[in-house]
Amino acid sequence: MTDSLLAISLLWIFVFIYAVAATIDFGAGFWSMIYLGKRQMRATRIANKYLSPSWEVTNVFIVLIVVALVSFFPGATYTLGTVMLIPGSLVILLLALRSAFLVFSHTAKEYEKFLTYVSGISGFLIPGLLILILPISHGGYIKTTGGIESLSFVALLENWSTYAFFGFAISSTLFLSSLLLSDYSNVAGDDEAFIIYRRDAQILGPIVLLFALLIMLAIKVEANWLYENMMNQLAWLVASIVVFALSYGVLWIKKRIPRIAVIGIVIQYLLASYAYGVSHLPYIVYPIVTIESGFTDPNMFRALFVSYIVGFAILIPGFIYFWRLFMKDRRYIKSGDS
Amino acid sequence: MDDLLIARSLFGTTMGVHIIYATLGVGIPLMILIAEIMYQKTKDRDYAIMANRWTKGFAVLLGVAIPTGTIAGVQLSLLWPGFMEVVGRVIALPFQIEIYAFFLEALFMSIYVYAADRLTPTMRILSVFLVFVGAAASGILITNVHAFEGTPAGFRIENGQFVDIDPWAAFFNPSFFVTGGHVAVSAFMTGAFVIASIAAFKMWKERKQNRTYKYHQKALMLGLVIGGIFSLLTAINGHESAQLLHKYQPEKLAAAEGLFETQRYAPLAVGGFTDRETQEVKWGIEIPWALSFLAGDRFDTEVKGLNDYPEELWPPLFVHTLFNAMVGIGTMLIFLSIVGFTYRHIFKKDRFPKWLMTLFISAGPLAMLAIEFGWIFACTGRQPWVIYRILKTEDVVTTATNLGTLFILFIIIYIILMVATVLVLRYYFRRHPIEQELARIKE
Ligand code: HDD
Ligand code: HEM
Ligand code: HEM
Repeated sequence: MTDSLLAISLLWIFVFIYAVAATIDFGAGFWSMIYLGKRQMRATRIANKYLSPSWEVTNVFIVLIVVALVSFFPGATYTLGTVMLIPGSLVILLLALRSAFLVFSHTAKEYEKFLTYVSGISGFLIPGLLILILPISHGGYIKTTGGIESLSFVALLENWSTYAFFGFAISSTLFLSSLLLSDYSNVAGDDEAFIIYRRDAQILGPIVLLFALLIMLAIKVEANWLYENMMNQLAWLVASIVVFALSYGVLWIKKRIPRIAVIGIVIQYLLASYAYGVSHLPYIVYPIVTIESGFTDPNMFRALFVSYIVGFAILIPGFIYFWRLFMKDRRYIKSGDS
Repeated sequence: MDDLLIARSLFGTTMGVHIIYATLGVGIPLMILIAEIMYQKTKDRDYAIMANRWTKGFAVLLGVAIPTGTIAGVQLSLLWPGFMEVVGRVIALPFQIEIYAFFLEALFMSIYVYAADRLTPTMRILSVFLVFVGAAASGILITNVHAFEGTPAGFRIENGQFVDIDPWAAFFNPSFFVTGGHVAVSAFMTGAFVIASIAAFKMWKERKQNRTYKYHQKALMLGLVIGGIFSLLTAINGHESAQLLHKYQPEKLAAAEGLFETQRYAPLAVGGFTDRETQEVKWGIEIPWALSFLAGDRFDTEVKGLNDYPEELWPPLFVHTLFNAMVGIGTMLIFLSIVGFTYRHIFKKDRFPKWLMTLFISAGPLAMLAIEFGWIFACTGRQPWVIYRILKTEDVVTTATNLGTLFILFIIIYIILMVATVLVLRYYFRRHPIEQELARIKE
């Protein structure tokens, strides 16, 4: 494995972890908004229980991804930084509103409703904007005039395929989060919340699948080079659909094992995004930047790599402790006030 | 405004907002830690209440510190892609290691806040301690990138390419320790004075020497003592920062002091405004020989003046005023803590005179102003360079145009966030008055 391949794999792992953690995080914010003040108040409480300690940790992953991209592939920074100015700025603006109002809503209980709405809606839009980096990286939207690169944002907005990505991101967000929250309420022994979230997941599953197929179509039409590469990975894609069907089926059986469905669906996303990622190589931004052309200095790569190993070795006990306190400890999940 | 100017203003505004929250994010954990330790030592419940209430406030501040910091991090790549490309090649380590500090802080902050009732006292103190370490380390590490911009190291340039890259030499660039230290101690000092300000304000309103008054008095003294210690350290370390400027960025020091002619026995100009036309500092007080002594510990040290450099490489001259304001505030706050401490513990007075209370109340906002002045001085005083004598700011800015709309959007969001922070904090502490918590102890 070359160094640049190692680096892009590491980056891909971070993106994957963030994608899963953030969709669950943003989705939980959305559900806590939907079920706020309704009869299903317990479902809101469950969402908040999950959300309160987790959003800060999830947020660090955004920063980690930006830093990893800049430090592993400085040659891609110029292009990506330039073309992502508008979508990137929108994301960070929404993110600021979302995070701040989430915290505010826990502190100022009287205005909880208003604050939860602001954070719920802004959080809901973020994944839809973040995913736009994929169609942009497929090429076609970046103009180069006089050596200066720029994004045709209007062309991006006018293309139907953009909305396929947008819809996929949002439906995935809601699907994954309802799935996880059904598991979380199951651990809490909260029957009512469990049934609500399982129902949401049952409704959303097919919608996600539909959008996934639309995306494939979009890729075929808009970025045929990628489509052809993906067809070489057909085995992974088929495996991913099979795993999806099985995990989704688990939601309908009588026995309550949502944990299995959660794990299954995460594996499914892993398989699909592996197929996508491999097909995307060697391009970071088609056809301008490849992992080779953008790669950092070898000395820097070595130093960074050592820092990753040392850093995560030190942090892992912290993560485990965190997990035990908030995700496993029934006393926390069950306790009354959020 | 042209796009370069908008980009600079936009980034400067982002940092100006982030730094308010970030500084408190570094300073308040220290105060919480000290309150927790005082509680374990004295068993005085007041300190436990302090730790608890400060943590509540801190969690709200962090709710803005984290997203504005995320904005800062992303905006660096969006607005200054040319700069971040160099960062990625040469000085990526501080950014990378900072991530671990963020994780440390985020993990243990959640643990300290949301699992407080399930932790033993030792685990509680350990958790706050790790929050404190994470916050301080993230501040010091990000500052290291700024230090590198002023004193770049760890690479050579050959035909416009960066070669012979040594990431650790870049990391340990000449001003890392001094600059990182300055940012840390000034943040500790600011956190302490902000606490002292709030306590003084509450005592002012309370008047009666009751239980509540006593509680706030303890908080005030804690703030003054910690603030005093760290303002002294800030000044000592700031002096070293200035000596580093003398050595590595002479034109910045010259601009800071309004010195035009290179000379030995250079005078120190205090106050006033630098006048480009007449090449002098107007309405300032000159202390003969002092600048030479401060710069090199000897009166005959030669200090470089601006006229040694082409005018287009001069930093903006208003940095003289910013620098003076920062130093002035620092000096005043040292005296203020000494006076306050003497009054309370040497003269054993329970009440402070009105003028002193007014000064106590202004201490926190003044310290915060000094932070802002210091940063604008340090970043604007580096102009026209983004990496000193290597890369100019105008060469690294994004080629995208029409930044104006974005600038307005960001300003709106910052205003919303800052107003909302104040409202939410006021709302919360009105809802949970200290009297209630103090009454609960007695039961
Ligand atoms: C409470 C805040 C505070 C106070 C009281 C002081 N400083 Fe400061 N100073 C800062 C907060 C700060 C800062 C905001 O943290 C800066 C901005 C950049 C940096 O590294 O630290 C800074 C920068 C800074 C620099 C520029 C470093 C550079 O450009 O690279 C110098 C020379 C000094 N300081 C010197 C002093 C002196 C001699 C002080 C005497 C009391 C002083 N500072 C008090
Ligand atoms: C947090 C407190 C900070 C404040 C208030 C601040 C303020 C500013 C201001 C006002 C500018 C515009 C300068 C001008 O054009 O006149 C600026 C530019 C800049 N600052 Fe800082 N800064 C801070 C911290 C940092 C840190 C820690 C770094 C290093 C990572 C940094 C890196 C930069 C860069 C790269 C620019 C743009 C290029 C330039 O104008 O030189 N700043 N900052
Ligand atoms: C010297 C000035 C600065 C200080 C003292 C400082 C300190 C802090 C602190 C204490 C936090 C909260 C940490 C947490 O809880 O995670 C924070 C957040 C953050 N800061 Fe700053 N910061 C400074 C400047 C900058 C600059 C210039 C950048 C941009 C590169 C930046 C990027 C960030 C980011 C990305 C976060 C969010 C971390 C997260 O997602 O948890 N900071 N900063």
